Order: sequence, then structure tokens, then C-alpha cells
Amino acid sequence: MAKYLLKRIGQSVLTLVIILTIVFVMVRQMPIDGYFENIDKLDEAVIQATLDKMGLNDPIWVQLKDFFLNLLQGDLGTSARYSRGVPIAQIVAAKAPLSIQLGVLSMAVAMILGIPLGAAMARSKSKFWDKFGTVFIVLVNAVPSAVYYIYIQSYGTQLLQVGMLFDRENWVSWILPVFSMSLGNIAYYAMWLRRYMVDELNKDYVRLARAKGVDSKKITMRHVFRNAFVPMIQYIPTSLLYTVGGSIYIESLYSIPGMGGLLVDVITRQDNPMVQAIVMIYSCIGIVGMILGDLLMAVIDPRISLTKKEGAR
Amino acid sequence: MEKTPILSVQDLNVKFSLRGKVLHAIRGVSLDLYKGETLAIVGESGSGKSVLTKTFMGLLDTNGWIDSGSIFYNGQDLAKYTAEKEWLTIRGKEIAMVLQDPMTSLNPLKTIGAQIEEALKLHQNLTGAAAHQRMIETLTDVGITEPERRAKQYPHEFSGGMRQRVVIAIAIACKPKILICDEPTTALDVTIQAQILHLIRELVRKYELTTVYITHDLGVVANVADRVAVMYAGDIVEIGTSQEVFYDARHPYTWALLSSLPQLGVKGEELFSIKGTPPNLFLEIKGDAFAPRNPHALKIDFEERPPFFEVSPTHKARTWLLDPRAPKVEPPEVLSRLKRGEEI
Repeated sequence: MAKYLLKRIGQSVLTLVIILTIVFVMVRQMPIDGYFENIDKLDEAVIQATLDKMGLNDPIWVQLKDFFLNLLQGDLGTSARYSRGVPIAQIVAAKAPLSIQLGVLSMAVAMILGIPLGAAMARSKSKFWDKFGTVFIVLVNAVPSAVYYIYIQSYGTQLLQVGMLFDRENWVSWILPVFSMSLGNIAYYAMWLRRYMVDELNKDYVRLARAKGVDSKKITMRHVFRNAFVPMIQYIPTSLLYTVGGSIYIESLYSIPGMGGLLVDVITRQDNPMVQAIVMIYSCIGIVGMILGDLLMAVIDPRISLTKKEGAR
Repeated sequence: MEKTPILSVQDLNVKFSLRGKVLHAIRGVSLDLYKGETLAIVGESGSGKSVLTKTFMGLLDTNGWIDSGSIFYNGQDLAKYTAEKEWLTIRGKEIAMVLQDPMTSLNPLKTIGAQIEEALKLHQNLTGAAAHQRMIETLTDVGITEPERRAKQYPHEFSGGMRQRVVIAIAIACKPKILICDEPTTALDVTIQAQILHLIRELVRKYELTTVYITHDLGVVANVADRVAVMYAGDIVEIGTSQEVFYDARHPYTWALLSSLPQLGVKGEELFSIKGTPPNLFLEIKGDAFAPRNPHALKIDFEERPPFFEVSPTHKARTWLLDPRAPKVEPPEVLSRLKRGEEI
């Protein structure tokens, strides 16, 4: 097990290096205009001096080497433009908790609503819940999310009598952003859980359980649900990424002082060190999520063995 | 053998609704199952063997229903059961079932011990240590060595034959009265087949079970059955003791079925096969369902459904050939080879 984990972490580090290199090179392809407030009024010497100071005139491999060397020492660097000179770790530490709270809350809401919805859809194939769920899933997936995010914001704030903008102290103003963030995942969980449960319901072991005299409710809960949940677990890390992705837009919509809004901010202001740092954090979340998903799958399904080379299935 | 019916089916009709059309799957079957006997139901795929036994346990798919008729068990008419709650008093407790494919009929995420105990907890009110003990007992009964260790393992750690033993253990754990084996050996290889058949026979004796075998393997039938019912197009066309059906068959369909035994073929010649296809059960069948494929069909076979003619008190067949007015038709020549006592 430890060996497997070490191997996975090693692979993940490699993935991370590749992602960071690509992002690093990409942000350096941006026009230099973005690094200045009003480049027209500055003369060439000043511009070059500033670029020198930021290290942007060095050959790209030197910049890359410096970046990774600093990273190895645990130094994320300092912000270049967002709030000049402040260590990035400090900025992120101030913003991250809020985003994490929002993300975890919305994942929890998505599971609490999405999993029962999927189960109800599978159980009442072609009756009310199935139709309701199908309409919901198609709506969420087909309509561009920006449309219903804005809709929820403008009508929801009226309904709940809260301001358009997020107020950390007022719990009511948490409802709309959390709900908006969870919508995609509710649909995602419901859709896949229904699909896997319907698959499982047609299997022989369900017929045997019925012949054994187990009532249909217990069959759904004890036999079918757990089996259907094994492949579902793969989707949890992906949906974590969805939540993170969704939060970028929602945080800026509600002016939530979180990581998502921060990323949009620093990209538009071409704060390269900040972009790199935040991309790295997001990638880490994704990678950790995927490893967790695989571990969970091995925990829940005895047929999956992480240590053996050949598949046990 | 005692001749008290334990289960009595009368004029049973089962229909399915498929794509807006109604399929008449069981067409007026009457059958008595006697206490302690082993009855084999044979017939080709789609003849209604499985559907018939599923009605005994209320396991028809949701698009199927009992249209008319009755199934008497213990003074109760099972055909009138509708609520799941009623069926739960029968399933696993009174009537148990062994399914065809042991590779898929166990829940892959539960230990086999837990799967056997689940049934015990439901029907025997056993919990904890008592359930565990009975579970180990059952595993020993089905010939699983080291039951304590094996009970903690998952289905994927068992071979096909061992899994079928576990499935059988689940079925007998609650000491049912009737055991339905739905092609229990079809998915197993030949050496394992013999072992499983032997095991079931042993358990039938030990637990005093009444057994129904569904199979299209006539070799299995000859091995295990006291009586044989031959089904065709949702109806029993011939029923009698194994001896009678194998060596004195009267229905042309039974003749055809027996003629298709590869053991009766002559080396170098093509094996016998029944020409034509089974009737479409979406349409109302007039006369004898087998008539269009029957080389000996009479005119009346196409017009009126034959009644059962009694050959002996235990042997009857649904064919006009048994009518005193019918011309005498000899069974196919190859069947005489069966009489020489060849091993099937």
C-alpha cells in the first residue's frame, strides 16, 4: 500500500511539473503591455528596467530554473502586481479558507441532494422522480451555467431579501452561491448514480436477493446502492474540480473574496507568480482528489487490489 | 413415494406486455408437484419453463402478470398475491431458487458469509452467533472446506463450482420446502456439473426437499428426475415419470426433442434438428402449437387444441395422435436405441 502510494505521488509530482512548465511558458508569451498601468507614458529605459527587475528579460529556461528552485525551498514567491511585494503564501492563506468552506459546503449539498435524487430516479424508472430528474439534468447541462447563475442571483437575492454581494457574516447570503455551485454536481451525481443503479438492478445477484426474500427497499439500499457507488467514486474527484471551476465564476459574480475571484484578478493583471501559484494549488487539489478516489474505490470494493500488478476483476 | 401435492397449479395463464403488444407466455398450464419428488421441466428456450417457476415465487418481471388460474400452496392461492409483503413469506422461506449463472448471482461486495446470514436473519429470526453457526453448518453441508475461513471471503475468491455451492447454501439455509433449480449446471463445466448434481441430490435427501429442475439438458433430467414435464410454447405437452417420457414418449414434440440427443446420432451423419421455428406467442395459437413443425400433424391439429390423453395414471400427453380415431403413428426409429438402456 505504501509503495503504491509513493508511486502515485511520484507520478503526480511529474504531472505537476509538466502543468507548471506549460503555464509558466504560456504566461510569458503575453504582451508586455499587461505588466504596466499605462505603458504609453513610460519611456523604453524605464520599461526595460522594470522587466529586468522582474526577471522577465532572462532566457526562459533560467526563469524556469529559478522558479522551480524557489519552489523546492517552499517559496511561492511574491506577488508582482496584485499587491506588490507581499508573499503569495500570505495572500492565499487569507483567501483560501473561504473558498474551501464554499467548495466543501457545495459538495456536501450536491451529495445530499444528488445521491437521493439518483437513487429515486433508478427506483421509479419512468415515473415522477425519473421524469423530474431527467428534466433537471438536461436543464443544468444544456443551459449555459452563466444563464442560470445570473438568474439565481437576481431572483434569489430578491426572494431571500439579501444583497447581491456576498456577506460573510450573514449565513443567508451563503445559500445562493453554495446552491449555484452545487447545481452542476447534483445533476452529475444523479445522472451517474441512476445509470449505474439501473445497470445493477438488472444483475443476477439482485434476482437472487429477491428470491432469497429480501424486500425491494433493502435490495436497493444494501445491495444495489453500494455496487453502483463503486464506479461513482471515480467521479468525486472530477466533481471537486467542477466545484473549483464553478467557483471561479460564482466568486466573481457575488464578489466573494475567495481564490476563484483571485485567479481571474491576477490573470487579467498579468501577475505571473500569482497565476503560477494558484494553478499549482488547483492542480494539487485535483491530483489529491484523484488519488483519494482510487483509494476509496479500493476500500469499498474488495475486488480492487492496489498492490497487485494484475487486475483482480 | 407419497402422492400428496405440495403445490398445485391450475389452468395458469401468464401474459407479458411488450412494446404495446401482449405476449401469452404460459397458456393454461396445470401441474401437481408432489411432496418429495424431483420434477424436471424441459423444453427449448422461450418455452416458458422459467416463467412458470417464477410465478411460484412472484418473481415475474414487472411487465408480466398472472392473467388467470391459481397456484395452491399450503391452502393459499399464490396467484392472488400482489403485495411484496405477502411474497416475502414465501420467498426463500418456503420456496427457494438456485439460479443459472453462479458467476453473477452473488453480490460482489459482500462476504459470502454475510450473504448467507442475510437470508437466515430474514426467515429464521437468527442473529449474531446463532446465525453464524447455522451459516457455517450450511457451508459444510454444501461441501465447502474450511467454512470459517471461506465465509470471510468475497465471491471473486471462489471458483464457479464453489460459487454455485454458495448459491445452493443460500437457498437451503432457511430449510425451504421446495427448491427450484433454474438450469443450475448450464454455466459450469462438465466435471463440476456432475459434482453439483450429486450435491443437490444429497441435500434433497437430507433436507427432504421437493425439487423442480428447469433444464434443456436431457442428460441432467435422466440423472436426477422422478418425473419429467415437457413444455412447448407455454404449455406442458407431455408429463410422466422419467421412464415413461424417455422410453415411451407419445407426443411428437417429445420424439423430436429426444431425437435431437447427440448421443443418438450416427457418426458421420448430420445431427437431427427440429425444422421450423417455435410459434409467435404474440398471436393467438389455434389448434396444437407444434402442428406446423410436426411431420405427423393431422388436420384437426390445426383446428382444435388437443386435450390431455392419459397413457397411464402417471403419464399423459396433449396430442391428437392418442385419440382412438387417429391413425397409428410409430415413434421415430432412432428412439428405439434409447430402449437398449444406453447411458444418456
